[in-house]
Amino acid sequence: MAWTEYLTPLLQGAWVTVQLTVYSTIFGAILSFAFGIGKLSPNWLIKAVSVGYIEIFRGTSLLVQLFWLYFALPVAGQAIGLDLRLPPVVAGVLALSLNIGAYGAEVVRGAIQAVQKSQYEAARALNFTPRQALFGVALPQAIPEMMPPFGNLAVQNLKDTALVSLISLGDLAFRAEQLRNFTQDSTTIFTLVLFMYFGMALVLTALMKMLERFVGRWRHASN
Amino acid sequence: MLFGIEWDTSNELIFAWSILPILLIGLWVTIQATVLGFVVALVLGLILAVLKGAPSRIISWPANVICEFIRDTPLLIQLFFLYYVLPEYGLVLPAFMTGALALGLQYSAYTSEVYRAGLQAIGRDQREAARALNFPSAHTFTHVLLPQAIPRIIPAMGNYLVSIMKDVPVLSVVTVLEMLNVAKIIGDRTFDYMVPLSMVGGLYLIMTLVASAGVRLLDTRLPKQGLPLK
Repeated sequence: MAWTEYLTPLLQGAWVTVQLTVYSTIFGAILSFAFGIGKLSPNWLIKAVSVGYIEIFRGTSLLVQLFWLYFALPVAGQAIGLDLRLPPVVAGVLALSLNIGAYGAEVVRGAIQAVQKSQYEAARALNFTPRQALFGVALPQAIPEMMPPFGNLAVQNLKDTALVSLISLGDLAFRAEQLRNFTQDSTTIFTLVLFMYFGMALVLTALMKMLERFVGRWRHASN
Repeated sequence: MLFGIEWDTSNELIFAWSILPILLIGLWVTIQATVLGFVVALVLGLILAVLKGAPSRIISWPANVICEFIRDTPLLIQLFFLYYVLPEYGLVLPAFMTGALALGLQYSAYTSEVYRAGLQAIGRDQREAARALNFPSAHTFTHVLLPQAIPRIIPAMGNYLVSIMKDVPVLSVVTVLEMLNVAKIIGDRTFDYMVPLSMVGGLYLIMTLVASAGVRLLDTRLPKQGLPLK
């Protein structure tokens, strides 16, 4: 087999990797905001749930979480009489989003807390409700600050998608392993795959930089 | 039975108690891989940091590209690469060693940035003073810059140590019997994945919480101005 023949199966795998990355990054971003804001909530229950979520998913390994969702959850479901067998793609996206969401939540919390206190005082003086102060004053200033760490997390997430190959999801890493079993041509295949991941990471970094400029555009609008 | 230890599946609690020693054997392997990977990351990272900071672009540019490449590609693929490709060139390492090498390689890209940030945070005047005193540059590095940089970089390095520990389960794909792999095998044989996998999660949580507390404690105890020499 010539190396060009590897490209078709590898590109099929790469497409699965791209989809996994996109879905889990979007879900992860939603979780980040929900639990990052939740951690700052004055309501103790919301705060406790957020802290618990963040600590559990940051404190354990992604592969443990993935295996737990895929292998252990059905057993737990059986015990309570529910069918909790997740298809690999659902377990994969869920584990990736929950994991990256916990890291993102800390970024969101940090960026909101970094907004100057005077901004909140001004919002209060102008009789803004806490909700208006958060969404109208704090978040627009905090979001551009979140973008550089979010960019790193997105690349981290892309790399982490390789682990879903271990629950037999046909992503790029899975196709590579399949091809290697078939052809024994490890050097060519894994070199190709490394460069494909590198290329995807460069594209993702460029996209995140564009998003960063987009959400920060109001900063340059006045001057 | 695993590692000569029997388990008892009569109920969940007894089962959990009977497999704990087996998981702890796996945990010991996890800790060994973490420490070895961390040492490799510290050494390779320092080399990369020095190369990236080299005055000549012929050296610094390739070092930067290599670092970016390592950072942007998954640990799993790097591990497969080392595991399958190195033997083709005559270098046959045990799976555990290959795994620790892959962990160290992946994290050297991160630690090199920590070294660089730590070195850059030291004022120019220190370098100038060393130069005025006619220190050779190697001497300046080991006796002036590093002692001041080390307290600054320790907290960040501690965080990467915890990250490495969380990445060790990836080594299970090359048959290293670390904790997750052990739990998976117990699950495969008893059809009860719930108990062993939850225990692995719990043990990880305890380890990361302890390690993070340790890093914070270290951070408050370290002299901020630099380590005294001799």
